[in-house]
Amino acid sequence: MNIIVCVKQVPDTNEVRIDPVKNTLIRDGVPSILNPDDANALEEALKIKDENPDTYVTVLTMGPPQAKEMLAECLAMGADEGILLSDRALGGSDTWATSNALAKGIKKIGNYDLIFAGRQAIDGDTAQVGPQLAEKLDIPQVTYVKECRISGKDIIVKRALENGYENIKIQMPCLLTAIKELNNPRYMSVLGIYRACRQEVSVWSAKDIAISEEEAGLEASPTNVFKSFTPAPKGKGITIEGDTPKEIISSLIGKLKEKHII
Amino acid sequence: MAINIIEEKCKGCGLCIKSCPFDAIEMKDKLAVINEKCTVCGQCPESCPFDAIEKTEAEEAEAADLSAYKDVWVYAEQREGKLMNVALELLGEGYRLSREIGNVKVCALLIGDGIENLAKECYAYGADKVYLIEDPLLSRYTTDGYTKVITDAIKEYKPEIVLFGATHIGRDLAPRAAARLNTGLTADCTRLDVKTSSYIEYLAKNTTLDVAGLDGATDDRGLKQTRPAFGGNLMATILCPNTRPQMSTVRPGVMTKREKEDSASGELVKVSHDLKARDIRTEVLEAVKTAKELVSLVDAEVIVSGGRGLGDAGGFKLIEKLAEKVGGVVGASRAAVDSGWIQPAHQVGQTGTTVKPKIYIACGISGAIQHLAGMQTSDIIIAINKDEEAPIFEVADYAIIGDLHKIIPEMIEQWAE
Repeated sequence: MNIIVCVKQVPDTNEVRIDPVKNTLIRDGVPSILNPDDANALEEALKIKDENPDTYVTVLTMGPPQAKEMLAECLAMGADEGILLSDRALGGSDTWATSNALAKGIKKIGNYDLIFAGRQAIDGDTAQVGPQLAEKLDIPQVTYVKECRISGKDIIVKRALENGYENIKIQMPCLLTAIKELNNPRYMSVLGIYRACRQEVSVWSAKDIAISEEEAGLEASPTNVFKSFTPAPKGKGITIEGDTPKEIISSLIGKLKEKHII
Repeated sequence: MAINIIEEKCKGCGLCIKSCPFDAIEMKDKLAVINEKCTVCGQCPESCPFDAIEKTEAEEAEAADLSAYKDVWVYAEQREGKLMNVALELLGEGYRLSREIGNVKVCALLIGDGIENLAKECYAYGADKVYLIEDPLLSRYTTDGYTKVITDAIKEYKPEIVLFGATHIGRDLAPRAAARLNTGLTADCTRLDVKTSSYIEYLAKNTTLDVAGLDGATDDRGLKQTRPAFGGNLMATILCPNTRPQMSTVRPGVMTKREKEDSASGELVKVSHDLKARDIRTEVLEAVKTAKELVSLVDAEVIVSGGRGLGDAGGFKLIEKLAEKVGGVVGASRAAVDSGWIQPAHQVGQTGTTVKPKIYIACGISGAIQHLAGMQTSDIIIAINKDEEAPIFEVADYAIIGDLHKIIPEMIEQWAE
């Protein structure tokens, strides 16, 4: 069985702070990480490989050359091969253009039975590339997958809804997007790290995947950023003073009552 | 459209590198160089003291004929014959936008089986028109079935704007449909504007952006879609200039419903379709509602949230007790969820649920931007944290600096008095 896992390297947005004086982002020291939902996507592929050793797991990403580091991490977790789509011509792609590029990359990879992706990346939070990639490849999809079981040529998945879940049967080849509940991603193994160090990841350019200017990159993208700004900070409130917790809380409750909040 | 470095002016000072949220500027031979991570967000030109960075606008693209596209559509999501709240909110927003454009209608797109009765509710919340697509194959949501009938209807009736609720289903359907229509889609919008004048007003009120370059009198009717980006650290306004329809998803709880008008009526259009069973490549074997209603953070009036400062999973016992006492729902920061202390369904923030309760009590949450992005529009924010430098205090109305393990029990004790 051939599985392709689509991943993205993202800045850890949890670690970003705002400079309170200048109201700008402080990005210094913010690490780049494997997008959390994508780690769940990869883990599920690796679990399938654990049970079916003839499974081949390819990890695919699009990004700048530094994304190789993340692919090496995926190899160290147990993936068989890493492919990076990297080209200035692909830069600035929106989700439509990104899904075009990934679809071309997947067509170059060739045979696949199953594609995993994370539900969404923490830097954009759009959750759009997965479904759009499935559309470009004309294969069925299930998003928000929290359980997954292979049954012959079909897969039975549990899809999370806001107030419950659905059990869905989907035929392969198909695309599934993973949420955190799906599994606990494994750590890199020592053997895996050793292997990853000796293995090159492939880097494919726009030309390699035969994608045209009308399909990917900034100019091809149907959406573009018109303005961007840091939201104006809300005015600072008041600090509740008091010598003991008891005093503090009674002061707080007094203030809330005064303003008819409670 | 691109960001260009004017090499003669660049002094290699590196200020632009710090200003870039996307790590897209590097220094090479003492000159700034833009790399492929650039999204042309426009932060760096403002940061350059030497005017060495310019943002060039796209050349006027061959104006595609967009005039054939009219009306604002709202995907009126229903589950088991009941309209989702977000659909009613979007009808309110769609009504507002349609009146801003002028001379166009707001239309509800209703899909399912045996749901014609819901049309009346759509009219009552503002719809001028309802497009109804019914079939036994559509009785339950499937990506393939719904995408097909929606995209066929959009091709036939040509709306200029289509809005979806950013529910699990909306976020499955909208991207797939936008990809099939080869048009743009903007996720999780928190503000939509058609009139440039009202957009300028919004910018002037909420940002430090220079709005001098914007023409409030223009007759441009493009949709300005504003959303949090980069984990809520930035807001970005997105345009979809050359393709139609312009499509957006909007999170539940962000837009405002109109006052219900029971006597309202409108025009019903029954849309024909040629959906066949074989078009649907998935089969829903079973749909299960969780016995215990999932945490409804969106509708909660009071939320008590816990973060890393709780120390361990046991800390949530305290949060639960307080939530029970104040009649609230339990929330959590991403850090607490990542530590495995509580289920992800409780997560508040840009990656989790966006909330705006009347009272938000943040306990031991430092206030990562991505958390703040999901809760800072709460009416009243009470924050408890040991660290007086914690960013959560920047948005808190009431700050309590101290040990939550001592403060919370006291709060439980005194709240009812």
